[in-house]
Amino acid sequence: MIDSTAFVRPKYVGKPIRRLEDPRLLTGQGRYTADIQLPRTAHLAFIRSNQAYARINGINLDEAKTLNGVIGVFTASDFTHIPDIKAVSNMENYQVTSCPVLARDVVRYVGEPVVAIAAISRYVAEDAAALIEIDYDTLDVAVTARDALAKNAPKLHDKLASNIILERNFATGNAPVEIANAPHKVSGRFSLTRKTSVSTEPRAYLADYDVGKDELILYDSTNIPGIVRDEIGHLLNLNGNQIRVIAPDVGGSFGGKGSLYPEEIIVADLSRRLERPIKYVADRLEELTASSQAFGEEVEATLAFDADGQFIALDAEIIGDIGAYSIYPWTAALEPVQVASFLPGPYKTPVYRGRVRGVCTPKPPTGPYRGVGRPMAVFVMERLVDLAATKLNLSKVEIRRRNLVRAEDFPHRSSSGIVWDQSGFQECLETAEKAVSKLNLENRKKKSNKWIGVGYACYAELTGIGSRISVAPGMPMNTGTETASISIDATGAVTAKFGIASHGQSLETTLAQIVGEELGIKPEDVRIIQGDTAFSLHGTGTYASRSAVLGGGAAIKTSRALLIKVKQVAATLFNVDPEQVETGDGLIFVHNTNHAINFKELAQAVYSDMKTLPMEKRETLAAQESFDPFLGTTSSSAHVAVVEIDPETLVIKLQDFIVAEDCGKLINPLVVDGQVHGGVAQGVGVALLEELKFDDMGQPITATLADYLIPTSAEMPPMQVHHLETQLPPNPGGFRGMGEGGTIGAPAAIANAVADAVSHLGLCIDSLPITPNKLHALIAAKSKH
Amino acid sequence: MSYKLKIALNVNSESFEADVEPRMLASDFLRDELGLTGTHVGCEHGACGTCTIILNGVSVRSCLLLAVQLDEANIETVEGLGTTREMHRIQHAFREHHALQCGFCTPGFLITVREILDTLPLRNDKEIREALSGNICRCTGYDHIVKAVRTLVNERDKRLNS
Ligand code: FES
Ligand code: FES
Repeated sequence: MIDSTAFVRPKYVGKPIRRLEDPRLLTGQGRYTADIQLPRTAHLAFIRSNQAYARINGINLDEAKTLNGVIGVFTASDFTHIPDIKAVSNMENYQVTSCPVLARDVVRYVGEPVVAIAAISRYVAEDAAALIEIDYDTLDVAVTARDALAKNAPKLHDKLASNIILERNFATGNAPVEIANAPHKVSGRFSLTRKTSVSTEPRAYLADYDVGKDELILYDSTNIPGIVRDEIGHLLNLNGNQIRVIAPDVGGSFGGKGSLYPEEIIVADLSRRLERPIKYVADRLEELTASSQAFGEEVEATLAFDADGQFIALDAEIIGDIGAYSIYPWTAALEPVQVASFLPGPYKTPVYRGRVRGVCTPKPPTGPYRGVGRPMAVFVMERLVDLAATKLNLSKVEIRRRNLVRAEDFPHRSSSGIVWDQSGFQECLETAEKAVSKLNLENRKKKSNKWIGVGYACYAELTGIGSRISVAPGMPMNTGTETASISIDATGAVTAKFGIASHGQSLETTLAQIVGEELGIKPEDVRIIQGDTAFSLHGTGTYASRSAVLGGGAAIKTSRALLIKVKQVAATLFNVDPEQVETGDGLIFVHNTNHAINFKELAQAVYSDMKTLPMEKRETLAAQESFDPFLGTTSSSAHVAVVEIDPETLVIKLQDFIVAEDCGKLINPLVVDGQVHGGVAQGVGVALLEELKFDDMGQPITATLADYLIPTSAEMPPMQVHHLETQLPPNPGGFRGMGEGGTIGAPAAIANAVADAVSHLGLCIDSLPITPNKLHALIAAKSKH
Repeated sequence: MSYKLKIALNVNSESFEADVEPRMLASDFLRDELGLTGTHVGCEHGACGTCTIILNGVSVRSCLLLAVQLDEANIETVEGLGTTREMHRIQHAFREHHALQCGFCTPGFLITVREILDTLPLRNDKEIREALSGNICRCTGYDHIVKAVRTLVNERDKRLNS
């Protein structure tokens, strides 16, 4: 008998449950795309443009074609049946670019694929590549965004009106007038150089065409399998039931695996044409030169405020160096337009003018990168806030406190149009301030002969965005819905299927915690299937901090619908009212009675026994529900960085990093901490290390991981993460998204800390990454004056 | 290039013989010829550490070696450390501390940790961070990895002192 006074239904949500995906990943049993080996596979290598902008005069393939082991050599003329990739938009003032799967007539960036070679091994494919000559005529081109903006700049795309492929204006009130009349103002010209995602697993694709069934399976290291299926289906003229995209174990993305790439379309197409598996695994050079890149933005901004430090108006001119093509599906508006949308930040800034322009340059396309737009927006705003504090001689915390939206102001519509709701803006700052006071920095400063600086950054972000707006401005695609389908099979086992696609986010665990808690079974008894289009009708994937809110919401709704069925069936079996039936820890029971069965017995009664239940009571134990939060949730955070700069070498060392964040209800605190840590590490890269450099001709000069530096354990400081659960958002579960936040706040906090450390020198820290060399240059320039 | 050389080696206590092209990388050999795909390839130029294996007792980057250099060698890869049913203590510690997310860097870290636990004092977290700095992880920010290693070092020191 289950004693109602003694039985407590176990809770799984909120617990630091060990990850269910770990055993396989820890023992070398994970299955990443490159690990999958199929008989008769042909391996692809690409020859990529070595020119930034050039006309292709001719390609000599003769020798390569006859090389032993070569299966086929392909150029643009072999893919005339595939339409160009076009990212359309509802935005006014947007020009669509046409991106052929292999460069046709013209190349537009170093790294653009020109020739594809299929051979019996990657070694042979690369041998063949060495035998191919491509004759280019270089063309005049503007390499930087500033040059490409000029009226008479050579156009990168003949057919477009200009290099400016998008423009959008934001205006609330009359910012220029307010600024002119304001008692105080600060301004600056800020830039974030280009960077890239660098997931440790390079992109990989393996297509397996079944001629007999006319079905294509594409194993794909992507975080958007649903979008890949839909669009490759469209481009290759296949129905959704003829193409299945499987994202097996995926080794990180951070945005880099979240767009549609020419290589995956070619792999899919060639597998059908050659009727054999086709595999392509990018190498690191290809990753650094031909996967989507990020930032490349310049912002000129002015903040006006009164004598109390209350913000009056903000004005910004934003230029985004979007690269050669507008990326599918997000478009080139994704990053720069969100810089403009998020610039006013979590502050009350009543008047705002922002103009954003995206400019085509002969560089790899920019695409989504963790934080999208917000790292730049927060960097600019937080630098301005610190400059304002300095000007008024106010504390950096006090000026923020005075301007952050307060609890009583929610919902607050920001001057760029974003609605902030119920999130701990002030509380995060307060918590961070307390944590800083415990560091005893005054003492440290006194004892040290180094320059020590502290930097704050506050931000808010919209996460778990519903169908009211697309996650990318103007993109005509619904990213606001996710569906779950959960079933109990004839053995009593629970399987839950989702359209999202984990690439490190621990979704197999966190979703199992949710489903387990809702249904009353142990998380380890729930099998989560995700990242496979065969199991979801529609689903766009995992990005934009949406999976906990949307996937979690769908999990809750669906589990509850299934639980109703479970209770109904059990009620018939027990001959009681469905309301009396409870579940927990794998049991279905009625308190204080002998009625108790497990899920296996329930399934048996429904599916297998022919007598236990009358036919009309044998419900299918399955449910499918979608969740759409319509608006979205507001996550917020305050970051603090403490840096120490060696006056001799100018080496910048991060000493402490503090995060106070409000992501609503935590599903698994270990996982949340991990996401914050990882996000901050990437923010450290943005602030101090990572920079893709191009020379005057548009040649990339950071093409190895020895040139493009990412943080190692030695550069990372110990981190403190404080979680606040202020008022929970009204969505199922009360979750907010948090996967990107670390990367959003850290660059600004570190920039402010460096500026604080060198405040006695009066240097402007307005471009990231800031490095010892750049600091040296700033000091040298200052002493010349 | 069809010229091949015969090699014989021992991997995770199992003997193998194979004919390999002299130019084949050790990482490709382990993965594609022996099917030991637990060893990952993140950069192929010695910068990321995902391909780290133990060669005759010392950690090396298999992307910087040729398969022929493995002739007569004793190799240990992540598959030799423990199994899903019976994980090695290092693997357990990584799980307890959530020291992995996507898991792609993890085999390289596990092998590195296996070596440094035997060879370095690792007196404080700074030393642990230095010792791990040849391996790149893009997901975790290293905090949980350092905690896992700290736990393992403490256990080791306790064992050594008792
Ligand atoms: S793959 Fe060997 S070090 Fe990166
Ligand atoms: S866990 Fe993903 S790179 Fe380390």
